[in-house]
Amino acid sequence: MTVARVDRPRRAPAAAVRASDTGARCLRRRRRLTALAFVAPLLVYLAAFYLYPLYRNLDLSLRDYTVRSFVAGDAPFSGWDNFRTVLGDPTFGPAMRHTMVFTFVSIAFQYAIGLALAVFFNRHFRLSTVLRALFLIPWLLPLIVSASTWSWMFNSESGVVNYLLHFLGVAPVGWLTSPTWALASVIIANIWIGIPFNLVILHSGLQNIPGELYEAAALDGAGAWQQFRRITFPLLRPVSAITLLLGLVYTLKVFDLIWIMTKGGPGDASSTLATWSYQLGFGTLLPRFGPGAAVGDILILIALAFGLLYIRVQRRQES
Amino acid sequence: MIPTRRTLMAVATAALLPLTACGGGSGSSGSSSSAGGTYTFWDPYPQFDASSDWGRRVTACGTAAGVKLKRTAYDTTDLGNKALLAAQQGNAPDVMLVDNPVVSTLVEAGILNKTSDLRLDTSSIQKNIIGAGTIDGASYGVPIGANTLALYYNKKVLTAAGVDPGSVRDWASLTAALKKVKAAGKKGITFSAINTEEGSFQFLPWFWGAGGDLTELDSAKGVAALSLWKQWVDAGYAPKDVLQNTQTTSWQEFATGDYAFSENGTWQLGNADQAGFSYGVINIPAQNGGSAPVPTGGEFVTVPVQQDTSRYAVSKKIVSCLTSDSSLLATDTTLMYVAPTSAVQSEQVEKNAELKPWVAAVAAARGRTSGGLGTKYPTISQPMWTAVQAALSGSKSPQDALATAQSSARKG
Repeated sequence: MTVARVDRPRRAPAAAVRASDTGARCLRRRRRLTALAFVAPLLVYLAAFYLYPLYRNLDLSLRDYTVRSFVAGDAPFSGWDNFRTVLGDPTFGPAMRHTMVFTFVSIAFQYAIGLALAVFFNRHFRLSTVLRALFLIPWLLPLIVSASTWSWMFNSESGVVNYLLHFLGVAPVGWLTSPTWALASVIIANIWIGIPFNLVILHSGLQNIPGELYEAAALDGAGAWQQFRRITFPLLRPVSAITLLLGLVYTLKVFDLIWIMTKGGPGDASSTLATWSYQLGFGTLLPRFGPGAAVGDILILIALAFGLLYIRVQRRQES
Repeated sequence: MIPTRRTLMAVATAALLPLTACGGGSGSSGSSSSAGGTYTFWDPYPQFDASSDWGRRVTACGTAAGVKLKRTAYDTTDLGNKALLAAQQGNAPDVMLVDNPVVSTLVEAGILNKTSDLRLDTSSIQKNIIGAGTIDGASYGVPIGANTLALYYNKKVLTAAGVDPGSVRDWASLTAALKKVKAAGKKGITFSAINTEEGSFQFLPWFWGAGGDLTELDSAKGVAALSLWKQWVDAGYAPKDVLQNTQTTSWQEFATGDYAFSENGTWQLGNADQAGFSYGVINIPAQNGGSAPVPTGGEFVTVPVQQDTSRYAVSKKIVSCLTSDSSLLATDTTLMYVAPTSAVQSEQVEKNAELKPWVAAVAAARGRTSGGLGTKYPTISQPMWTAVQAALSGSKSPQDALATAQSSARKG
């Protein structure tokens, strides 16, 4: 606060200013510095928690780090070698494919189910608030709890899912132990976790749609489906776009859920870029920081590409 | 990139602000670490808190050396990475207890002192146990104890199935026993084939028991070992969830009392007494009879490199205290480990006859990083556990899985 008061002498008569020109310059400089001082906390925060980690990651991915050079800090610059290693690795293709399948299938279901539930709860029936609150539970649980619970439920020997299937006369499924089901299992768990997020945002979006539109539509003889297709869905588009984008970025980097449930296994049947990056960097006794960071960079690039796509779509909508 | 640079410059300017504008006094009062009496100690035993036997032993060794020893416990898999990061930032602990296969990685990173440089006496320690911490003829740590794997069996289940545990001498007789157990309506065997180092650790007795060589994963011998496991899972002698089992969850399955055998370690002996059924222990059989070579487990006490070399004198006292004969007996009893010296081993067996098969197993055990493998081992282990997973889950045949593993191990 004391700094702000320094500004006041600026209002001094012009003659005085000319008299001490150097003093005014000093004041102007101080003013600019004051402004910077106010922005500084944010800039320091951004630099410390965004720029520096990003820079470190890029640095790791462009150097040939061994455990020795990691400690000594003298890793030689190796250009695109780490990226070449990663792209040429037989794990890359499957990991990329799994990341895409995981992300898009998760988002499609999360969005569809979230939207259906949002429309459902928008009708304000008795207990709707309570029920809606209950739907938030997956979101409130720590991920380690929900992921462990899912992995117990999906256990091939003693899991409750196979127990239920047994009652329905279906042979037990190796949810987390068969290469055909492992990815599906983690996707199911991830959909469950992501529904509340979609529900909450879409529900708040729905409340911004004026009720008169529906009344008018009803008078014109539009049925429930027509109302949804012609009013709800188009008016919800901006909210949908941001929900989908946030969901995408969030799902691309899902790591903990998969790591807890399958560790990317069996083999690499459910490994995504995120789990593979961790596997390379920390999953073995001999860390390979370079390739691990390179996979991380690729993941950031993908997220960035989708972010830019979103901005472009948004601009086009606005114009 | 330009906006980034501009932001960076702005940040730099902002940071310099107090200096340029109104040049205040230099307020940084050099808080020199007055840690004269405090030494740091890391171990991978988060299960023991400060009031446990182990926690008290560590504190006592610090007191005996005339310093306050600050102990921090990390998860085993976490400890190696934490050590590398700490070394990079120049604040490695004074004394560190690490899992034996990690030693070679840390030596490769150049952050451990040789025991000979510290003049620690390691002559009484069994060669095969200290082997895991020996690189190019120099040892870099003192083993605190050793553990290894054997087969626990449930006496009741075996009796009901009409199997004599003494008849299990090779793979064929073991598989025959599992078949009988399954026919009697019980479950055969549990182990851990998870996609981490634990999975490799558990697979090695079978791999080595077939005569396999880690530098040649896809030899006929390696394929035989993996085929044995696959055969068990396919026939239902072993549950499908071995793919997800850690050694702990595998033990929990055995503790239900439904399973005839469990491949597990010395450290479960304490739990075995609480399991509520009578059990026995046999050595893991090799393919054609006899005991299979098993991998050594257990931790090494190491002294990371410090800038202030005057600290080594106290660190050495702490290490000697933790690894002295009297201390080893108490420590290894607490941890349920087999002592690394034959003198203490015989004392242990005298006190607890159950340890006898374990002492024999440890004597026949091999270090994973021994035999000149060193830091090559991690680059072999990871493809190996991936191959085990691929074969058991049915996505590849044992032959194909190991061929893939071998080609990626060769790439390093």
